[in-house]
Amino acid sequence: MNNQDSSSDGISRRKFLAAGVVTTAGVSIASGVSLLSIAQAKPADQSVTDKQRWGMLIDTNKCAKGCTSCVDACNHENGLDRGDEQHSRPDQKAHWIRKVELKDKATDHTVSLPLMCQHCENPPCVDVCPTGASFKRKDGIVLVDKHICIGCRYCMMACPYKARSFIHEELNNQLDYAPRGKGTVESCTLCVHRVDTGGTPACVEACNTAGHKAMYFGDLKDSNSDVSKQLKIHSSTAIRADLNLNPGVRYRGI
Amino acid sequence: MKYLRFILVLLTVLLTGNTVLAEVPGPVIPKGNADKCVLPTQEMRLHHMEKILHQRDNTMHKGIRTTKFSFKKCITCHVVKDDSGKAVTHKDKRHFCNSCHSFASVKIDCFDCHASTPTSKSTKSNAGGKP
Repeated sequence: MNNQDSSSDGISRRKFLAAGVVTTAGVSIASGVSLLSIAQAKPADQSVTDKQRWGMLIDTNKCAKGCTSCVDACNHENGLDRGDEQHSRPDQKAHWIRKVELKDKATDHTVSLPLMCQHCENPPCVDVCPTGASFKRKDGIVLVDKHICIGCRYCMMACPYKARSFIHEELNNQLDYAPRGKGTVESCTLCVHRVDTGGTPACVEACNTAGHKAMYFGDLKDSNSDVSKQLKIHSSTAIRADLNLNPGVRYRGI
Repeated sequence: MKYLRFILVLLTVLLTGNTVLAEVPGPVIPKGNADKCVLPTQEMRLHHMEKILHQRDNTMHKGIRTTKFSFKKCITCHVVKDDSGKAVTHKDKRHFCNSCHSFASVKIDCFDCHASTPTSKSTKSNAGGKP
């Protein structure tokens, strides 16, 4: 009998769960059950843990050209469309998601995809931040702590996905759950205020409502989550996989 | 005689001092909308910033979203409405935070980023589908 068998037979279920071992096929039912319970909303007084990693899969085959449902939903959810930033040029204004069209020059085949913070496992924005404002939560969400952001914009230069924006002017119409302000850098938060209460990012919801269903969201470490199941079925890739950043956002069809 | 003069001066100073103090109007602090605050008023007056700061780091970095010391809860409970029924922002002297802070001449940075009035959208709409 090898070690894996003994872990499923010899150790009690309680001990097994406490140890947090998530491996063998022999214990898939037990681990599946425990992971499913983790995937629900965590109690408000508990810290996020590295037992989860939030991620997303975007199926570019289903992403409609010209559709901006996700971008609009993001702007609305996070208060980017509330009439602030009157003096900024369009390219200076905050964008958390951009719709990008890629064209294969050899075949003229084009794909459309939303590009936002890729929530890297090894985020370059965190590496370069001089104050520690740019950080990765234990559950993989990369955020800016605007309380300690000094607005140096190193992170914007370091990000290969051009995912971050700088706020150039005073804002007055912020939403109470999405604080934003002048002199700080911001980017997609994966709708952290929703995720912490068991919800789904606004962009994913909007894509589903629009009927495209091109975005899957969930816990990458939970083999029963929507996103993990999808990732298992078909191949997917990370944008700029050569940089070894291991993004939490993956794409299909590019 | 010497002492008498000293006492007289002292009395004058004290009396005029009192008069001056009495003439300074204190801040008009609006009452919150709940029965009582999350802590005794005196404690909140002294320590509200420490509580908010602690909660701030917990929420930002650990995702702990308890409501007891949440900033959102403060501004929701302590909302002040003007004559037309609209919530006043931090730029208005009637705003709960501003009422005291303008009196004490202590600048608040919170509202550079945070909303100073509750936004109408309820958190319930955030429930969404299960991930």
